[in-house]
Amino acid sequence: MHIAEGFLPAGHAVGWTVAAAPFVVHGARAVVREVRENPESTLLLGAAGAFTFVLSAIKLPSVTGSSSHPTGTGPGAILFRPPVMALLGTVVLLFQALLLAHGGLTTLGANAVAFAVVGPWAGYGAYRLSRAAGGGLLPGVFAGVAVADLATYVTTSLQLALAFPDATGGLAGALVKFLGVFALTQVPLAIGEGLLGVLLFRVLTVNARPELERLGLLRPAATEQPTEEAR
Amino acid sequence: MTRRHLVTALLVLAVVALFALPLLLDGGTSDYAGTDAAVTEELEAGGYTPWFESVFSPAGEVESGLFALQAALGGGVLGYVLGRLRGRRATAARPGAERADDA
Repeated sequence: MHIAEGFLPAGHAVGWTVAAAPFVVHGARAVVREVRENPESTLLLGAAGAFTFVLSAIKLPSVTGSSSHPTGTGPGAILFRPPVMALLGTVVLLFQALLLAHGGLTTLGANAVAFAVVGPWAGYGAYRLSRAAGGGLLPGVFAGVAVADLATYVTTSLQLALAFPDATGGLAGALVKFLGVFALTQVPLAIGEGLLGVLLFRVLTVNARPELERLGLLRPAATEQPTEEAR
Repeated sequence: MTRRHLVTALLVLAVVALFALPLLLDGGTSDYAGTDAAVTEELEAGGYTPWFESVFSPAGEVESGLFALQAALGGGVLGYVLGRLRGRRATAARPGAERADDA
């Protein structure tokens, strides 16, 4: 999903940067507020950031014969709501733009919108929909994490189509072309990432139950907190 | 083996299979070029010239090392957090130790 350095026309680069900026600032505030009001969240915030750090570093092969990387932005969005990921995701993108020549500073805004804003929000939406439909935590996590991954790549395709409309097919033609490169390859990766998210949350439901209850992901179980009930 | 362990093992197996199968099935014919690079190549073939260069472009071997560093940092922090959470639960499970993690 990284649009390479210098590969968006200047107008688009500026436009996406302006679009991304308020989300990132709002995300930074959300992170600071979360840490200040709930210091015990720091550990899980670290886990959410670490998850996207690992996953976005790994290129995985897909059935299409190309490789691509997952995003890892879903778990953080599900745990702490999407604004937090606007900051954490942008930090990852900045690291890759500065040290790895992956993505770039001129395309940071566009990449942040796809990776750190649209992906997390779409994933969070899928998670909430799944829970509202009566699904349990883990099916919701699978849906949320997989959708966050896929939505990021769909957004990148749209951004490229807007910048490079097809000579004959126009915007739609270009969108189909870029989706053909990105989205198809991404489907098995999104499924794999969803399964990894389920593995992560299976560990968290056992070991971070108080946090998940406080964040509203799990209903408090009377047997788990006998001290509260005894009073 | 409890049911919980079985489910975990199956999930891990599914993830591995998902990424190992494409490698096995195509018999080494694909070179698994990155999708990001595929797009830039296509744009350059279409006559587009990037107007800004990366501030720092590591050589191939250094780049893969830095990618490994990124994954190691993430994996290290994730392992640290999960280890601490697990240790906290183990401590809380012992009688008389509840106050230690009272947040």
